[in-house]
Amino acid sequence: MMYMIRRFILLMTTILLVSMITFGVFQILPGDPVRTMLGTEADATQIENLRSELGLDRPLYEQYTDWIKGLLTGELGHSIRFSMPVKDLLLDRLPVTMSLAVLTLTIVLMVSLPLGMFAARRQNKLSDVSLSTLTQIGMAVPSFWLGMMLILYVGMQFSFFKISGYIPWSQSIAGALSTLILPALTIAIPQIAVNFRYVRTAILEQMQLDYVRTIRSKGMSERNVMYKHVLKNAMIPILTVFGLIMAEVVAGTIIVEQVFSLPGVGQLLITAISNRDFPLVQGIVMYITVAVVVINFIVDILYSVLDPRIRLR
Amino acid sequence: MKQTRNWVFLMLLLLLGVMISACSNDNDKKDTNKVPTNVPVTTDTPQEIVVRINDDPDFLDPHKATASISYQMILNIFEGLMAPETDGSLKEGLAESYEISQDGLTYTFKIRSGVKFHNGEDLTIEDIQYSFDRLMGKNGGEKMSNNFDNVASTEAPDTTTFVIKLKEPNSNFLYSLTARQAAIIPKSNDGKHNENPIGTGPFAYVKYAPGSNLVLKKNESYWKEGLPYLDKVTFAFQSDDQAAIMSLMANEVDLTSVPWQRVNEVENSHHLSHQNNNSSLIVTFNETKAPFDNIKVRQAMNYAISKADIIDSVFAGYAVPLGSNMSPAMGDYQKKGLEDKYKLDVAKAKALLAEAGYPDGFKTKITVSSHNDIYSNIAQIVAANLKEIGVDVEIEVVEWGIWLDRVYFGRDYTMTTIDLTGRASAYEILNDYISTNDSENFFLFKNEEYDNIMADVLKETDTAKQIAYYQRAQEILAEQAVSVYVADYQIVWGSDKQVIGLKSYPFWFHDMSEVKFSN
Repeated sequence: MMYMIRRFILLMTTILLVSMITFGVFQILPGDPVRTMLGTEADATQIENLRSELGLDRPLYEQYTDWIKGLLTGELGHSIRFSMPVKDLLLDRLPVTMSLAVLTLTIVLMVSLPLGMFAARRQNKLSDVSLSTLTQIGMAVPSFWLGMMLILYVGMQFSFFKISGYIPWSQSIAGALSTLILPALTIAIPQIAVNFRYVRTAILEQMQLDYVRTIRSKGMSERNVMYKHVLKNAMIPILTVFGLIMAEVVAGTIIVEQVFSLPGVGQLLITAISNRDFPLVQGIVMYITVAVVVINFIVDILYSVLDPRIRLR
Repeated sequence: MKQTRNWVFLMLLLLLGVMISACSNDNDKKDTNKVPTNVPVTTDTPQEIVVRINDDPDFLDPHKATASISYQMILNIFEGLMAPETDGSLKEGLAESYEISQDGLTYTFKIRSGVKFHNGEDLTIEDIQYSFDRLMGKNGGEKMSNNFDNVASTEAPDTTTFVIKLKEPNSNFLYSLTARQAAIIPKSNDGKHNENPIGTGPFAYVKYAPGSNLVLKKNESYWKEGLPYLDKVTFAFQSDDQAAIMSLMANEVDLTSVPWQRVNEVENSHHLSHQNNNSSLIVTFNETKAPFDNIKVRQAMNYAISKADIIDSVFAGYAVPLGSNMSPAMGDYQKKGLEDKYKLDVAKAKALLAEAGYPDGFKTKITVSSHNDIYSNIAQIVAANLKEIGVDVEIEVVEWGIWLDRVYFGRDYTMTTIDLTGRASAYEILNDYISTNDSENFFLFKNEEYDNIMADVLKETDTAKQIAYYQRAQEILAEQAVSVYVADYQIVWGSDKQVIGLKSYPFWFHDMSEVKFSN
């Protein structure tokens, strides 16, 4: 219980600090939301009207305290660029980003775990060496480039894949997959490379320990040695890396959504920043902060599940 | 044990497959690209179009919107008393006919009968009164536009007549009555014009998903018999030009602008149409700051900057050179020949600089926006051109928001480049941004003769005489070397070969009313 309360206080402090930093950056950043939105065609009347309508003529600290008050009552305010509640915009786009993140993580897990195990067992053999080389390349590839290549050489070749936009799950499951698989692969490939290397190392470390020799000499099958003992013990360091990867994936969606024109939270963030849409940026930054803190929280809990000796305090 | 190994092997195969397809050469790519156009055409082609647009609309409320990009879409929903024609002239819209009094002060409109809003209500004179009151801020709200400051009064003597009285004659006034400036919207929808826009146009609003798309459907009871043909129009937002052209090739969008350098990739598989944008791309200066307050320096710039270089390398040749703000797209209004007034001449440019007191050139800075590559590309050519006459140009690339703040509104700059958006009205093209009575005059040009012309032309009702005024105005712009008027670039539209009936206007408007898919 104490642990939960402390976690919650930590979350609140993080949110407050992050929001203050965002606010501070917005103070320094040149550019005006109303002018950016209306462009060169607006006359002075229209600019003034909109500014007072949005409450942007009030002092900045007042806009910030209002925002904080709203946050405490669960309100994220109104987007300047889209003239609708930030909450609606976020809720509209969260399913896209969430699906993308979950799909990416599934791919990363499904590929990197077995590959890592495979390579560890065949340490220094040709398959291990070639896999390690491949992953070296995978880590070095920038995701925007990878996305473009996947569009060109996979998306354009197979009519199944959509290279832009998003089809909701509720409309068609195949449709949703056709829009999400390529972006998910784009984020996943470099992360697979990272995770693969950690899995391989973690398993190799366990394999050299005394208990492995003992259970082997006891006559336990190689299969049971791997799954019942080695893998379980190797999970702790893997989990740590996986927590980091999850945070990477959340960040990775920002670039990838841009490349694939996916209407997710990341794309919204870019629009919000270039339009100086302060309430919207704050809302999205809150989402990312909460997501990262929650991921870390889950990882901490999983530690104690995997290794009962670890107690949450 | 064996099973595991099989599984691992399968995974490896999968990964390998992805890698191989990622490396496959583009021989088979060309074949598959052609597939969509080779597909046998069925007789029941769905009349649904997807049009790619660069960005979201700023507002759907036609009185609140200001960005050209918004009107590009929403002019399909709304109509005004007058309607634009593709050649830049006007015809009757919701007004069946109109009369202008001798003194040019009273405009009397006869309203078309049998027009219905998308919500099924009839268009009434109250709705027209309401729309103008709303624009002028007369029904409680704020004034929404400066266009009607010259209106003395509006009245509706009977149910089909609407009268507008002006304070001073204004020969350009009818241009303020199109849907772009004064859309007619239903009174019953007050307070919801942005959330649920309702108009009388050929298409009705269905749904707007920010960052994703704007969906319109056919207005079944449109007053123009038999129109529109399309059942559904989707404006899909995609900011990246390169991604958009791939969507076009993959048949996910039916109409998009094509980056000039990539025209050859789609010219066989798609229909291309070239629209003279009617914008003027300029390299301009802050005319109150030295050295550009000196006309000789500005003329030297005009002699030194090569329009041909810019047109060839930035627009791949898809542009026409200009000599003033006015593009050839405006027909008779354009003064011909001004584009050759300053032929590329480095020696002359150097001589002019020397006369102006800068025999060794000077250092300056060009500030350009990053929201489109064309500006920084142009800046690089300008810098190279000016180096030849000893002028050292530093290029500063800033975000669009910062450009607006610092250059456009703040006027804190020495040189910049931008394109001034096309307008249907010659008056607006020449007055906006340039005359001192316009608040958007961001290059701070000041010329008494010019201002007088722009004032006098409004009192002139004879078109031939108006044209004479406008042509003189263009001469002044060239003589004074107000800017380097570079080019009107074309927008190359790539569309599905089955799409017919696209129209191009001298401003941004995707008119979908007569578009259909042929069988």
